[in-house]
Amino acid sequence: MQKPFAITLDVGSSLANHTGSWRTSRPVYLNRIPPCNHECPAGENIQAWLFHAESGNYEAAWRTLVEDNPFPAIMGRVCYHTCEGACNRGQLDAAVGINSVEHFLGDQAIAQGWKFAAPAAASGKKVLVVGAGPSGLSAAYHLARLGHAVTVYEAGPLPGGMMRFGIPQYRLPRQVLDDEVQRVVDLGVTIQYNTKVTDVLQTKQGGGFDAVFLAVGAHIAKRAYIPAGDSAHVLDAVSVLRSMEGEDKPLLGRKVVVYGGGNTAIDVARTAKRLGATESIIVYRRNREKMPAHDFEVEEALQEGVLIKWLSTIKQAGDASITVEKMALDDKGFPQPTGEFETLEADSVVLALGQDVDLSLIEKVPGLVVQDGVVQVNAQMMTGHAGIFAGGDMVPAERNVTVAIGHGKKAARNIDAWLQGKSYETPAKHSVATYDKLNTWYYSDAPKTVRPVLDIIRRQSTFEEVQGGLDETNALFEARRCLSCGNCFECDNCYGVCPDNAVIKLGPGKGFEFNYDYCKGCGICVSECPCGAIKMVPEEV
Amino acid sequence: MEQTQVKFYQTGTFTVGNRLLSAEQRSVQANVQRSNSLNSGHRACQGCGEALGARYAIDAAMAATKGQLIAANATGCLEVFSTPYPETSWQMPWIHSLFGNAAAVATGIAAAMKAKGRSDVRVVAQGGDGGTTDIGFGCLSGMFERNDDVLYICYDNEAYMNTGVQRSSATPPAARTATTMAIGEHPGNDFGQGKNVPQIAMAHEIPYVATATVADLRDLEYKVTKAMSIHGARYIHIFVPCPLGWGAASHDTIKLARLAVESGVFPVFEAEAGEVTGVAKIRRQVPVEDYLRPQKRFAHLFGKQPDVATLARLQARADRNIRRFGLLETNEVR
Repeated sequence: MQKPFAITLDVGSSLANHTGSWRTSRPVYLNRIPPCNHECPAGENIQAWLFHAESGNYEAAWRTLVEDNPFPAIMGRVCYHTCEGACNRGQLDAAVGINSVEHFLGDQAIAQGWKFAAPAAASGKKVLVVGAGPSGLSAAYHLARLGHAVTVYEAGPLPGGMMRFGIPQYRLPRQVLDDEVQRVVDLGVTIQYNTKVTDVLQTKQGGGFDAVFLAVGAHIAKRAYIPAGDSAHVLDAVSVLRSMEGEDKPLLGRKVVVYGGGNTAIDVARTAKRLGATESIIVYRRNREKMPAHDFEVEEALQEGVLIKWLSTIKQAGDASITVEKMALDDKGFPQPTGEFETLEADSVVLALGQDVDLSLIEKVPGLVVQDGVVQVNAQMMTGHAGIFAGGDMVPAERNVTVAIGHGKKAARNIDAWLQGKSYETPAKHSVATYDKLNTWYYSDAPKTVRPVLDIIRRQSTFEEVQGGLDETNALFEARRCLSCGNCFECDNCYGVCPDNAVIKLGPGKGFEFNYDYCKGCGICVSECPCGAIKMVPEEV
Repeated sequence: MEQTQVKFYQTGTFTVGNRLLSAEQRSVQANVQRSNSLNSGHRACQGCGEALGARYAIDAAMAATKGQLIAANATGCLEVFSTPYPETSWQMPWIHSLFGNAAAVATGIAAAMKAKGRSDVRVVAQGGDGGTTDIGFGCLSGMFERNDDVLYICYDNEAYMNTGVQRSSATPPAARTATTMAIGEHPGNDFGQGKNVPQIAMAHEIPYVATATVADLRDLEYKVTKAMSIHGARYIHIFVPCPLGWGAASHDTIKLARLAVESGVFPVFEAEAGEVTGVAKIRRQVPVEDYLRPQKRFAHLFGKQPDVATLARLQARADRNIRRFGLLETNEVR
């Protein structure tokens, strides 16, 4: 005992004192699902690709994006970006312009000529995809990446489905569509055009296919009975938009009436305006609040001079005029006739009342169930007939490009599992990173960057793209507005704010871990984590 | 404030680090090479603001002096929780003498270094508000007056926490402590008492005086670094919430410091030779109530019958700080 008076311990470091034993609850790192990802119908990992875009690594961002969706340039133009509606930043200042960054990445990929990674080893399985629309091409892409031999049979002469024959060029330039489809073809997907499948089972057997994905869409225009004179010019929206892709543009006249209130009605009315109509009027039986078309599209149409006649139905169509009846909404919000009539001049009437599915190819398939005009599928996207899957507009769901692309991905994963005699298990989902999980103090104030919009005169006369893209500086700025909800973005806050030096920094890209020998469980790191990527859990007693 | 503000990199300079910033743009604390002067295993309470403040300040001073730093410590929480002899958390030359003489001890060390010609070795003195504003005040004033080459850092948690939360001259009005109980006609600490040591330091016209909080690391590091670039007497007063003494949740330490700044309760500024040269503007102003409510030491002001008059007086104090230091961008009090 060579120690001074009253001293019983060796001089030493406080490291001998494991203060972690004081703890009653411990912090743990976790990944929460960001609201944008949670919302995306195509299941994109938006936060993850923005993470790469933030550091200016656009190729990595694009590669992460195409893990889920092969068409970023198309998405950046036509997706209705419900992700932005869910974005937590919307509660802080304005939602991150996810769609505009996607647009930029898609264009960047085309400009730089980025290609998809080569598929996995060939599985030896053959899959038939019927229809080269968004859903069919998405499924073909994902199946090809999983190593299956994919053949797409397309009834029409060109790929794209409704992306080509439904969405006008001013929203989606055809070169962009062609470039992104070509990339899927380059992956090894075979597309046979002008090949209409009339009996799917026969085609499956004849071609020796192991599985089939049906994605024929909904291309038959719904009709409404309107008494019309012999010389009345009544058309449907689907054929009008389709003929825009051919040599002979549709002849609509100077005064065009479009009947309906969906996005297709807006597309037709804006197309008519661009074809030279002096008056392009949408007749819709309910009011603006009840209109199914998206607000921004209605707004753009109104800016271009499209007129909308609310609360009106067409009673009769003559050769140069139509009769409309005024409607009034009842207590339940349904339009009821009022008996007041009005005459509108009209050279042509275009009906945009929705579309039905052409079901002729599946008539003879046993077990397959059709209900309300659409094909019923289970949670694995499989129809009642084993090995035949379906998606896109022909199954019950919201009908838009993003949903269709999501169906294609989901079906591909399930087809892949089914071909191996397994069933695809969706990984367990994390809880959503809601706004209250964030500490928004730490985010810089940064208003949203707005994409340039084509001026009105050119929008009324040409089919040039209405919405432009961001350039690199503002795309980067926009990406960096992402709050990274629920996922660590290595801001070092936890590492800095720990009074006990109990957070270990593992280095760039590796994140952090706790040193539970010294963590007292105060919870400061949880409170001060900007993005909600840490939580406290009670210690087991 | 003069320190570089980086904007629009998701978090700009608000966070400790940021993977998108270059190494020079990050804080000292973001660096794995930080000196970690106050090591793990210390016996401070969960969520201790003083431990955090000392880590921030001393690591920054160590970085600024390339590790050539000696610290003299007054008695108080920081000394007791870091160094229960023979064990210590300090990874630097460190000395503790008495409660009231830290400034004098530091002065002596600085004089010794000067005599030895060791101009590279710098000296800091540190203590709590008790050891600074009350017990060590005479020594501190002497150090200022002689312009000794010492940086004195006061970690202000507004009472004698180590001995059981007794009132100090830094305890705010209306706060409950063991010696200013929440009883009687005017519960808690009296109005019109106490002293403002940063302003007293300014009155000595020493080269540098600054205030800071644990809620703004970048500002704190900037001030410590700047102080170490100056010779002569310097004083930094750091606001460090105390979960135990204030009756607050341990995870709210930084949040409370932030609310103190955003409400105007604690003005963050710097002054050179007695003149204010910079203030940290309030970013998102909050009423004083938001700051008071999470603390049990102010619980008697709330409840079924809130003490509206006292709350108004506390708000008026904050508003006076806002006016006096021009803490709002528009310089208007709501």
